[in-house]
Amino acid sequence: MNSKKNYILHLADNGLILAQRLGEWCGHGPVLEQDIALTNIALDVLGQARYFYQYAAEVDGKGKDEDYYAYFRDEREFKNFLLLEQPNGDWANTIMRQFFYDNFMQLVYTKLMSSNDEQIAAIASKAIKEVNYHLKFSSEWVIRMGDGTEESHQRVQEAANNLWEYTGEFFVPAPYETEMVSQGIATDSASLKNDWQNRVNEIFAEATLQVPQANWFQSGGKIGIHTEYLGIILTDLQYLQRAYPGNTW
Amino acid sequence: MTTIDLEDQFMKRVAADEKIEPKDWMPEKYRKTLIRQIAQHAHSEVVGMLPEANYISRAPSLRRKAALLAKIQDEGGHGLYLYCAAETLGVERDTLIEELHSGKAKYSSIFNYPTLSWADMGAIGWLVDGAAILNQVPLCKCSYGPYARAMVRVCKEESFHQRQGYEILLTLCNGSAEQKQMAQDSLNRWWWPSLMMFGPSDVDSTNSEYSMKTKIKRFSNDELRQKFVDATKPQADILGIKIPDSDLKYNEQTSHWEFGEINWDEFHNVVKGNGVCNKIRLKERQQAWDNGKWVRDAATAYAEKREQRKNESKQVA
Ligand SMILES: [Fe+2]
Ligand SMILES: [Fe+2]
Ligand SMILES: [Fe+2]
Repeated sequence: MNSKKNYILHLADNGLILAQRLGEWCGHGPVLEQDIALTNIALDVLGQARYFYQYAAEVDGKGKDEDYYAYFRDEREFKNFLLLEQPNGDWANTIMRQFFYDNFMQLVYTKLMSSNDEQIAAIASKAIKEVNYHLKFSSEWVIRMGDGTEESHQRVQEAANNLWEYTGEFFVPAPYETEMVSQGIATDSASLKNDWQNRVNEIFAEATLQVPQANWFQSGGKIGIHTEYLGIILTDLQYLQRAYPGNTW
Repeated sequence: MTTIDLEDQFMKRVAADEKIEPKDWMPEKYRKTLIRQIAQHAHSEVVGMLPEANYISRAPSLRRKAALLAKIQDEGGHGLYLYCAAETLGVERDTLIEELHSGKAKYSSIFNYPTLSWADMGAIGWLVDGAAILNQVPLCKCSYGPYARAMVRVCKEESFHQRQGYEILLTLCNGSAEQKQMAQDSLNRWWWPSLMMFGPSDVDSTNSEYSMKTKIKRFSNDELRQKFVDATKPQADILGIKIPDSDLKYNEQTSHWEFGEINWDEFHNVVKGNGVCNKIRLKERQQAWDNGKWVRDAATAYAEKREQRKNESKQVA
């Protein structure tokens, strides 16, 4: 049961930590329309996280609610991808992070729709519609920036180069993931690599961008070993619940 | 027709409660007054995103986080409709935004107060959105069509925000002593600035008369302020927190709550730029705009390239 809980929490943590980062843009976007669009994505991934936390609570069977898992776990228990806790940087960096993630999650959710676990399949079926839209949004922006001005091209290329090392983690299964794959609940993420890479190649070609060639990748997020950013994110996120425990908000 | 005839006809239409539309003739003063007011309103929506955005990362539950994000996003949407309404009067959004940044245009002074606790997310919804509703419901009948229509949509969402804010405070007030204290402290800090949101007292209000005459405005500042106090006092009683005004008392004859003297000196100072957050808010808006320039330029450049390629491929075919 622990592996299942951990796998669900991994999916949930991805949504929450990304929402936390995207929320920083709210009120600060380059133009109102994009400010609103990015907040939409934040709301979607937060919504996905909530479904997964609620299901994790059920699987855990300790009578906890969604907030327990978001607010009372420590840094080492969070299982999100390192990519998602990286700072927003500029619009190019935020969009590139989003594109790498959307591209991956679209493949994951497509597979999870036929998971042996009905609840995961149901959440995936709902999430896929959102992710399809997110991927369209982030791909279009990658192209727009890549093929826009000299400055935007340079910025988005730099974002790709900087974030590339955090994408390898997608395809290396954590132990709980491997167990879930064997039960037909999770999908083998290593098998998604080609499709993911092909789409990067395709979008980058249209955007006139170079696909980064570096082949050393960071890892650890999935098993709770993070970059220094996560602790600070959690300090913010969890502050009220931890300062005044036991209250209803 | 002479301008005098046109003006006469315009005033007759306004008196008959007909809507003035973008293509209709309108006096220059009417157009200018509307642009100033709509732009100020749009800027308020957008600057108003900042004090609440301050708590997104710290919202105390996932449900509250989602609701707060959605609320702030709504305010951005309001800004968007309002800039569009202003554009129907022949002014560009970018020009208006530059006027905000240069300090030429104003926005609601309430957003120059800081958000210092989670309870402020409640108080802003309850009091600030609440005051905005009272200001804006009459605007749904404003003589200028596009503004009136934008307001119908905006008001619906503002009432939702107000209930959501009140519910945040209700939860705190039913919670621990510390939570209730948080709510009380928040009311203490937001009460007077909320009363100031209705603008100067009628005797001192410079822009009101013309706006009333042309039915841009339908109630005076003081009338709306009184409505606000009358509506809010019983709501504070349900929460069980105290409005910070020792002069507040019910007048049986008039059936109104009479309230104490507003600190107009503070009001004028905050309007002038001396509020604790004036500089921070403007700087944050300015930075977002400046940092976004290359993004907007990229989008324009890309759109142009695409257009050009489309034309080239047409020529080949
Ligand atoms: Fe609004
Ligand atoms: Fe408003
Ligand atoms: Fe609102």
